[in-house]
Amino acid sequence: MSASSNSGAYRIKGAGRLTPARTARFTFDGKSYTALEGDTVASALLAHGVHLLGRSFKYHRPRGILSAGPEEPNALIDVSRDAARRQPNVRATVQEVFDGAKIASQNRWPSLKFDVGAINNLFSPFFAAGFYYKTFMWPREAWVKVYEPFIRRAAGLGVAPTEEDPDHYASRYAHCDVLIAGAGVAGLTAALSAAATGQSVFLVDEQPQVGGALHYDAATTIDGQNGYDWAQRTAAKLRAMPNVTVLTRTTVFGYYNHGFLGLVERVTDHVAKPGKDLPRERLWQVRAKRVVLATGSIERHMVFANNDRPGIMLASAARTFLNHHGVAVGRQVGVYTAHDSAYEAAFDLKRAGVSIAAIVDNRPDPSEALLAEARALGISVLSGHAVTDTGGRLRTSSMTVARNGGGDARKIAVDALIVSAGWTPSVHLFSQSRGKLRFDEANQRFLPDIYAQDCVSIGACNGTDDLAELIGEAIAAGGGSVALSGENRFEWTGGMIGAAEGAGPDTTVKAFVDFQHDVTAKDIRLAVREGMHSIEHIKRFTTNGMASDQGKLSNMHGLAIAAEMLDRPIPKVGLTTFRAPYTPVTYGTLVGHSRGELFDPARKTPMHALETAEGAEFEDVGNWKRAWYYPKRGEDMLAAVNRECRTVREVAGVFNGSTLGKIEVVGPDAAEFLNLLYTNAWGNLKPGKSRYGIMTREDGFVYDDGVVGRLAEDRFHVTTTTGGAPRVLHHMEDYLQTEFPHLRVWLTSTTEQWAVIAVQGPKAREIIEPFVEGVDLSNEAFPHMSVAECSVMGAPARLFRVSFTGELGYEINVPADYGPAVWKAIWERAEPMGACLYGTETMHVLRAEKGYIIVGQDTDGTVTPDDAGLAWAVSSKKPDFVGIRGLKRPDLVREGRKQLVGLLTKDPNVVLEEGGQIVVDPNQPKPMTMLGHVTSAYWSENCGRSIALALVAGGRARMGETLYVPLADRTIEVEVTDMVFFDKQGGRIHG
Amino acid sequence: MRRYSVFAVAREAMRAHKGWEAQWSSPEPRSAYDVIIVGAGGHGLGAAYYLAKEHGITNVAVIEKGWLGGGNTGRNTTIIRSNYLYEESMDIYEHSLKLWEGLSQDLNYNVMYSPRGVMMLSHNTHDMQSFKRHINANRLYGIDNEWLTPEEAKAYVPVLDIAKTARYPINGAALQRRGGTARHDAVAWGYARAASDRGVHIIQNCEVTGIRRGPNGEVLGVETSKGFIGAKKIGVSAAGHSSVVMEMAGVRVPLHSTPLQALVSEPLKPIFPCVVMSNTVHAYISQSDKGELVIGAGTDQYNSYSQTGGLQIITHTLDAICELFPIFRRVKMMRQWGGITDNTPDRSPIQGVTPVPGLFVNCGWGTGGFKATPGSANLFAHLIARGEPHRLAAGLTLDRFRTGRLIDEAAAAAVAH
Amino acid sequence: MLLIHCPYCEEDRSELEFRWAGEAHIARPENIAAISDEEFAEYFFLRNNEKGLTYERWRHIHGCGRFFNAARDTVSDRFLTTYKAGLPKQVLPETGASEKTVETYEATEGDAR
Repeated sequence: MSASSNSGAYRIKGAGRLTPARTARFTFDGKSYTALEGDTVASALLAHGVHLLGRSFKYHRPRGILSAGPEEPNALIDVSRDAARRQPNVRATVQEVFDGAKIASQNRWPSLKFDVGAINNLFSPFFAAGFYYKTFMWPREAWVKVYEPFIRRAAGLGVAPTEEDPDHYASRYAHCDVLIAGAGVAGLTAALSAAATGQSVFLVDEQPQVGGALHYDAATTIDGQNGYDWAQRTAAKLRAMPNVTVLTRTTVFGYYNHGFLGLVERVTDHVAKPGKDLPRERLWQVRAKRVVLATGSIERHMVFANNDRPGIMLASAARTFLNHHGVAVGRQVGVYTAHDSAYEAAFDLKRAGVSIAAIVDNRPDPSEALLAEARALGISVLSGHAVTDTGGRLRTSSMTVARNGGGDARKIAVDALIVSAGWTPSVHLFSQSRGKLRFDEANQRFLPDIYAQDCVSIGACNGTDDLAELIGEAIAAGGGSVALSGENRFEWTGGMIGAAEGAGPDTTVKAFVDFQHDVTAKDIRLAVREGMHSIEHIKRFTTNGMASDQGKLSNMHGLAIAAEMLDRPIPKVGLTTFRAPYTPVTYGTLVGHSRGELFDPARKTPMHALETAEGAEFEDVGNWKRAWYYPKRGEDMLAAVNRECRTVREVAGVFNGSTLGKIEVVGPDAAEFLNLLYTNAWGNLKPGKSRYGIMTREDGFVYDDGVVGRLAEDRFHVTTTTGGAPRVLHHMEDYLQTEFPHLRVWLTSTTEQWAVIAVQGPKAREIIEPFVEGVDLSNEAFPHMSVAECSVMGAPARLFRVSFTGELGYEINVPADYGPAVWKAIWERAEPMGACLYGTETMHVLRAEKGYIIVGQDTDGTVTPDDAGLAWAVSSKKPDFVGIRGLKRPDLVREGRKQLVGLLTKDPNVVLEEGGQIVVDPNQPKPMTMLGHVTSAYWSENCGRSIALALVAGGRARMGETLYVPLADRTIEVEVTDMVFFDKQGGRIHG
Repeated sequence: MRRYSVFAVAREAMRAHKGWEAQWSSPEPRSAYDVIIVGAGGHGLGAAYYLAKEHGITNVAVIEKGWLGGGNTGRNTTIIRSNYLYEESMDIYEHSLKLWEGLSQDLNYNVMYSPRGVMMLSHNTHDMQSFKRHINANRLYGIDNEWLTPEEAKAYVPVLDIAKTARYPINGAALQRRGGTARHDAVAWGYARAASDRGVHIIQNCEVTGIRRGPNGEVLGVETSKGFIGAKKIGVSAAGHSSVVMEMAGVRVPLHSTPLQALVSEPLKPIFPCVVMSNTVHAYISQSDKGELVIGAGTDQYNSYSQTGGLQIITHTLDAICELFPIFRRVKMMRQWGGITDNTPDRSPIQGVTPVPGLFVNCGWGTGGFKATPGSANLFAHLIARGEPHRLAAGLTLDRFRTGRLIDEAAAAAVAH
Repeated sequence: MLLIHCPYCEEDRSELEFRWAGEAHIARPENIAAISDEEFAEYFFLRNNEKGLTYERWRHIHGCGRFFNAARDTVSDRFLTTYKAGLPKQVLPETGASEKTVETYEATEGDAR
């Protein structure tokens, strides 16, 4: 056997553009086949006479290959290289064969040829559109337990991958002057024209090669050359130009605002052994100044009884398989058409030696030129006839033909039936760009009308049928001038939308409109009868156009049938909106590099590695990784935290405070600016001193807090919460730039410029003293809430005497690069003195022992300074600050607001649950009246008991009151107290 | 109205389904109605249904400029839950959930309410504190919501990645088992059919262009593309377009309308058993009865009525989904779309009287309107019929923006420390 | 994704560089401490939320950091102009055409021409 016969008995010698010597092996449902390089799975299987590729969604009807492109609704397959690289729902008409590909059919059990689900076909009278809305309601529980699981198992086509995808995906951004979508005659010509002007051009086509319709249309010549050859030469010429980027196997899937387009490039799905460093697909996000849409048109099927059997396909598809892949779709082929183009498919097949049973033309008067050619080729044409039915189980075996209106019915044996109802312009991208369509009554199609973006449609997608006109349009769209001429053999006319004669009356006949979802003409009619008069209602009720092909074939037919039923003109019934993507896009491609560590890059402090080396466990706080606690061998979290808490108060602890937000506020009006942004007064704060500040928004609720140090008359070092820094800076900039632009102030984020090392505890001074130059650290010279610029280990530093633990404490700010060295030196000195490293958990416990709040934990966006016990920080003397008015609103000053208080459990060993709700009477019926909730709760090793903070309605008036916290499994009795649990006199902080 | 049942379906199956009648009638408008509701989404149609059913007011028209159910009702990701924090929220969402549980039977229309559980993932200490606050509040209020360990969460959703090495590891989850999904179109159609059956007029393709008022400022009716239609009372339930309609009566409402996008995958065999949400990574996902993975994306940042949004919102959402469920990376996005959400400053709805006599408003449901449909509709009907809010909706007034008594679900959940 | 002209940088840049900052030309009352609850609610909460021409603020947060004003059609999302903060409202004709030229569900999905 020759190589070509290896690659299939239906391969026609001398036909097509593939090279017979270059073969690839693949399996389909376990059986091995030989294909030629350049075959799609569809063409390769057809070459072996395999038409049955899948089962439909609802009725499990046998289905074959309908198209030769991305509009394919039927031939969906599962493609795998290995267990982890398995892809469901792939269109066999797009997937190129590669050596070793494992292909499987879907939605069938136990096998494609014998599928138990096909029993649904027998019960199909029950499964009319929308039947599930009318039943499955009794008994009530049965929907969840019985009906829905059954429906779910039946639905869905492919099986989701079960392993993590090992492939990787790339992402690129690009800009260009002109992006041209589609590289057929129109797109290539526009590209030549645009490129000649020197503009930067992107030419994009979804197929492996340029050429578009020239793949099947072998009769067209451009500049006297074979059209397809001209296309390849033109692409080569364009590729060689520095201002042109030609992308094939690349789909423009979305046209978004302001000239922004999404493209997906398939890089390795057609390669047998892709290099490991190649991405599987690449996402291009292109901003184009102008877009030229040359997206062509898609042939429609005819709607008639049993029009879905394997072997029935679009005429242009049969022509592609013949002229491009060298494959005949049958030996005895019938033709059913309402458009001229199917004639040329029949002529090509006949010339290649395929027998044409008959051309059945729904139109009474096909053009004389076509009839003459048919006669010359010996093909019989039945004009004014319809195909009223087909026969065959797993493959078409016959078509029943009758005169329009009935009569002369006869059955004709065929092994394939090619159909054409005409061509639907691909206006998807135009619609996505939010352009508006008009209905072309004469040709029964929607065409671009009003453009919403800088964009132009050319060629078939613009309804331009004449080749010369098309070329002129394309040259104009490119903006340059090119000399080009084209010739084709026949002018195409005709076409119909809606149910053909053969769809039968409104009976039980199944004339499919949407193949994948098994939507028939009678389903559309039923929807209209049930009151669905908008095309959107009809779509949703029948699911027409909602399958994975998104109605590329079915939308126009569905619309026409509905319009006929409603007796309204098509434009009045409307058109469903075309949504992105044009064809389905892999999640992984859209994700690109944004996975794992790059998904949301973690922020790490300069001391992160040192903390890790000391055995720290980390927690996520905002985007930061913060050291949570430092367990020693054998310690669990509680034991570690207890030790850290004890050690800080007995000796000292070292804490990484670098994540604290920091903003430098500088300028002659800096103090005035802070007066306006914080509730506190700042004018009387002297350089060298710091103060705790509260920030509210205009609404008067606590927004952020932090210590602010005044370094000089015109310079403040502002700190914010860890998570709050960006929004606080944004908030400050907003007021500075737009409300208080007269103030001479400059703001700089310094969060990442300073590493912050806090040393807290009785021995804090002793620990840091040797490292600090230029500051007298004595209590008298540098008391609590002092700040100084100095030098630490020779590095420029800012030293705060400040405490979030209630102990003698310092926070050393050094430039981030010096952080690790200073941290290391301090720890080397502190450790032998019996100090510890401590993390955020210990920090939380120690501050709670002192009743210091954490904004965002003990407050939420509904807490006023007074609610939080911070009324002292709200100046009553300032004429204005952000929040001054909001604070006075009726609800913010009413009695009984929730106030922050302390809680002590009656049993000191019980630790409350943070988030526990507080009630007066735990035995009241539900819904209970809740007074508030526990905001912080810890075991306090230093107090030898549990402690908690809580927001409680009227809390400060409830001191000593007994309340209850009912949890899922028990109720905890608590007493309301003040918020300070340790060192109530506060002497320790002053060292 | 012909009742729907398995027997009716069987009977029709025998005669090619030729006996079904239109689910709702499409009458020409009368010159006047007792009540006009602007907006034929789930909330508006439902309010008309409950006006007729529970308050005996049947001389009602629902006026819709497009097609019924064509706004956010037919564009959302159909999540249903009631595990909110504040009493005002729990009241209305739990009222709604209780109605969901019997809605198919009440309407004689299978709305496919499916209590498959709504799981919210906790990723850090702050999440855990917030979720437990919700769980405790819900339990004491009589609403189911429970804490799961990561292992329990994985047992419920086997495809969940609970590895501690994940960028945002999962430290637990809150699960409301009664939460779930429903079929959005069926809700609109079911209410439309039941309302129409009780005499309510549903007038589609009719745009309200003005609100006519009398000498004392009271409403007289609406100007529409089909002429003036009189009404004693008007209820506005126009979702993303509420600002536009209320402006016609000179009432400004604190709303801003933003695009909200969603997407579905190609259909797949069952792989995902419930609804999973993660606020920390901004993603939520479920699988529809048709097999599509339904994924909600975030809102765009700016005001817009365009029903489209940026690709970057979609990609960001998928980043998060694939991080939580790495096996979905090869799954394909089949369709993306957008709706217009109407958001209030405190992210809680507004339902109440307005300064204009006879004019009532139901808006500001933001991204949460679908789940509230039966409850909101039921209480809106009460408001319109009685002229004052039902106890369960008493806190949702416009006045709260003056007094400061906000229902700030977002603030209560937000702000990292 | 929008393409936004920063009037300070004088460049068209991607939306990713910008943060939307709400309606423009709402001045904080000079005497804010003295205004009524109603006036405060109006200042802080009420917004026009126009369908059509809207005046809004953006900040070039990942660029020059400046706040500026923009006039945009909220139906087509097309910018008519952007201008520096502090400049008076740029009076522009209502963009009546936008409703006809762009998709809304009642337009494209309801009826084509």
